[in-house]
Amino acid sequence: MLRLDAVTVSFGERTALDAVDLEVAEHDTVCVLGPSGSGKSTLLRVVAGLQEVHSGRVLLSGQDQTGVPPHRRGVGLMFQDHQLFPQRDVAGNVGFGPRTHGMGRAEADRRVAELLDLVGLPGAGRRAVTALSGGEQQRVALARALAPEPRLLMLDEPLGQLDRGLRERLVVELRGLFRRLGTTVLAVTHDHGEAFALADRVVVMERGRIAQAGTPLEVWQRPASAFVARFLGFDNITPATVDGGTADTAWGKLPVPDDIPQGGGQVLVRPGGVLLREPREGLRCTVEARTFRGGDASTVTVLLRPDAGPPLEAACTLRDAPQEGAEVGVVFDPREVVALGDPHGAPDAAHTPAPRTAGPGQGPLVRPGPGDGGAVSPEAAP
Amino acid sequence: MDVARREVVDRDAAARDLPDSPEGPVPPGVPDGPAAPARPSAAADRRGGGGTGVRLALMAVPAAFFALFFGYPVAAIVFRGLHEGGRWQSGRIAQVLGDPDILQVLWFTLWQAAASTALTLALALPGAYVFARFDFPGKRLLRAVVTVPFVLPTVVVGSAFLALAGRGGALDVWFGMRLDTSVWAILLAHVFFNYAVVVRTVGSLWSQLDPRQEEAARVLGAGRFTAWRRITLPALAPSVAAAALIVFLFTFTSFGVIQVLGGPRYATLEVEIYRQTATLLDLPTAAVLTLTQLVAVAALLAVHAWALRRRESALSLVPAEYTARRPAGPGQWTTVATVLGVMLVLTVVPLLVLVQRALDGPDGYGLAFFRALGARSDSATFVVAPVEAIGNSLAYAAVATAIALVVGGLAAAALTRRAGRLVRGFDALLMLPLGTSAVTVGFGFLVALDEPPLDLRSSWILVPLAQALVGVPFVIRTMLPVLRAVDVRLREAAAVLGASPLRAWREVDFPLVRRALLVAAGFAFTVSLGEFGATVFIARPDAPTLPVAVARMLGRAGEAHYGQAMALSTLLMLVCAGVLLALERVRTDGRREL
Repeated sequence: MLRLDAVTVSFGERTALDAVDLEVAEHDTVCVLGPSGSGKSTLLRVVAGLQEVHSGRVLLSGQDQTGVPPHRRGVGLMFQDHQLFPQRDVAGNVGFGPRTHGMGRAEADRRVAELLDLVGLPGAGRRAVTALSGGEQQRVALARALAPEPRLLMLDEPLGQLDRGLRERLVVELRGLFRRLGTTVLAVTHDHGEAFALADRVVVMERGRIAQAGTPLEVWQRPASAFVARFLGFDNITPATVDGGTADTAWGKLPVPDDIPQGGGQVLVRPGGVLLREPREGLRCTVEARTFRGGDASTVTVLLRPDAGPPLEAACTLRDAPQEGAEVGVVFDPREVVALGDPHGAPDAAHTPAPRTAGPGQGPLVRPGPGDGGAVSPEAAP
Repeated sequence: MDVARREVVDRDAAARDLPDSPEGPVPPGVPDGPAAPARPSAAADRRGGGGTGVRLALMAVPAAFFALFFGYPVAAIVFRGLHEGGRWQSGRIAQVLGDPDILQVLWFTLWQAAASTALTLALALPGAYVFARFDFPGKRLLRAVVTVPFVLPTVVVGSAFLALAGRGGALDVWFGMRLDTSVWAILLAHVFFNYAVVVRTVGSLWSQLDPRQEEAARVLGAGRFTAWRRITLPALAPSVAAAALIVFLFTFTSFGVIQVLGGPRYATLEVEIYRQTATLLDLPTAAVLTLTQLVAVAALLAVHAWALRRRESALSLVPAEYTARRPAGPGQWTTVATVLGVMLVLTVVPLLVLVQRALDGPDGYGLAFFRALGARSDSATFVVAPVEAIGNSLAYAAVATAIALVVGGLAAAALTRRAGRLVRGFDALLMLPLGTSAVTVGFGFLVALDEPPLDLRSSWILVPLAQALVGVPFVIRTMLPVLRAVDVRLREAAAVLGASPLRAWREVDFPLVRRALLVAAGFAFTVSLGEFGATVFIARPDAPTLPVAVARMLGRAGEAHYGQAMALSTLLMLVCAGVLLALERVRTDGRREL
């Protein structure tokens, strides 16, 4: 459906997209995830034809789109802040696309009514778009993007400006809608919760490159690099030298799973794998703070200051959470220890082969970058 | 060449200015800057630089227009005046500027402009306050009425004050007071003319200042006046400064008003340039005076640009509807009534007196003077019936409006893009004709545009071209804020929905700027209609415009001529007021940059 071949875009000195390869299959929902500045919006603009590429190609249904202006590409783009036409009412906005595609008035009216039903705003056609709430504007923008039946629908931070409750509800609605319509979707967001809830596949971007691609579960379980891990909210990362079943780290010796690569590298311990014990047992730590991390209020994240090594985060139930200032001991669960293939911050890891994150579900959809499974390999890094 | 290079520098700076995050709206044309170091393919070469190309293409027509019909004629006059015997006579500059008579003119120009500005501010700021903070019946109509003088031809303003304060004028008859020989008539005419500038520029900002800011100061212990002085005044100061500068600019270059009211005693630079050129045929002196005025105006515009930038500082603004309320209590009603009374006396009475004098014929009140306009005069003043001047004026103004819309529209479109130094410079350049000696431009047309391939001396197009020159700045000032407010991404949204660039412009941009375009057209039309300084030189004797006809009649002795001048002025005023009232209906937001 959509293929990007080594697409590069630079703004002056800065490279926004650096030889990005990406493929989106028909009926798939792909989420591009990354912090601001990682080039994800530029990616959408390139596909829409609003941003010129300096090298590389964009192919839609196998056709090279070089030189094809935005209005002839047949893709839809929902803008971050909607960009509804202020001088037109709701129906005027939604009907804009069908009319530019030469649809008759009666038919366009029917389509508008149909779409407004679909997004849950039946009969809102005559309302002024400036009088709509944020959530309603959102829905109108979605209806407008869907109206010309684009072969590819792109969403730029689709739920960015809405409050949390509405966002969570809309994510579920959107996913159901795209399933039902069979729409091919490419969305960008900085919110990993949103991406994982919406997408069949996620692509994590770091400074114009693809840092990792895979199903939400794969990325969540096996972050390919320290960058991805930190972006997903994992902070228990340290350089390590693996020898047999243990890794030598700043926190002492950790037990590691059997399939972990030997030699120098970085490891991540997920908070669930940091187990709190009596102060005498394991690594001795002081409790610095306790925070709730959204969602399930009975889960608490405990920030620990170990006697040796960087701070640690542990997840535990509210009932088991120690008081601030308390002394605890920490032991590690090997099942929650993951090796990271990131060269940054771990000079001794530079020659370690990156772990392959390609799981069984990886398939041919995301074209692996040269050298490894979509992760930035040490060789490819500057 | 130089233009292209500076453009590159501009875009370089623009690229540097980009925030770290490209996730926001990426300004069009920045990424493909020619200075981008990494350009891997030749294809990118071809595609890059589209933004610059488009902008330069948009600027080409306005730039050519200004070079040909402003720069070239003015330069020709200066060259002819100061380049004698094959070399530059720079000694003339010192000689002219050392002449006590000229110094007298310079001094008068300066102090009357300063006095007019101060007087206008003193009388108009209370008006701005009342319009901004109070709601009263007939407010919108009154706002339109107050603006009428601003679009009136200067010659009409002059004759209105002559009718009011001159020999046999209303004040003469009722109070035995004559002001036409004193400087007060000039100053009051200037106030009359520029009242609306202050009320509208300062008033529109004032009406959007959040009153709660002052309330916060009051709660913190400031008295009513202290709160105003410490909170509101500083917020208003930049816009007061900008308004003052515009008034100063207009009065500094005042021509028509002084020509009618000044008599032999009072002359501004502009009037003196006219006298030197048309009467004394002393081109070197005229050239030096033109240069002097040009330098002064350029300096003023630079200060103005600086003040405008200051005005863009962050203020707490709210929609104007929230700040205006009904006057409460006798105190506030008195304030409002007093201010509105002064306003009416200042702006409406002169107009009424003008109409009265036009109707006050030899045989009592009637349309005698108007009827006389239709008759061919036996004298040499007019080859044609004066009434034909109406048709001429309307036709010229229509053509001038079309030219101004094309040139100004293209310039505004070019200026809409990300502003670099070059663009700002271009912006200021386009404002220059507003303050340049119109007399010089008019005479320059005659001197410069008389050789093939540009032999336009006997062509009717000369008049609309000169008029368009003053219309263009108004078009730009009106269009620019609106064009800049159109989000690029609205256009992109339309493109993604399948609209071609042309269709996107028609369906997205045009509906948003249509109103501004109409307003711009109205301003260009009224300004063209009233243009006098340049037209007086280039209008053919058999095809005078209204202001030229009025001036010619005023220049002749006799009660009949005087009455006919008043009648013609009345007609001109009615046309201008009609256009303006039509505009008021179009524009409901009351915003305006000038």
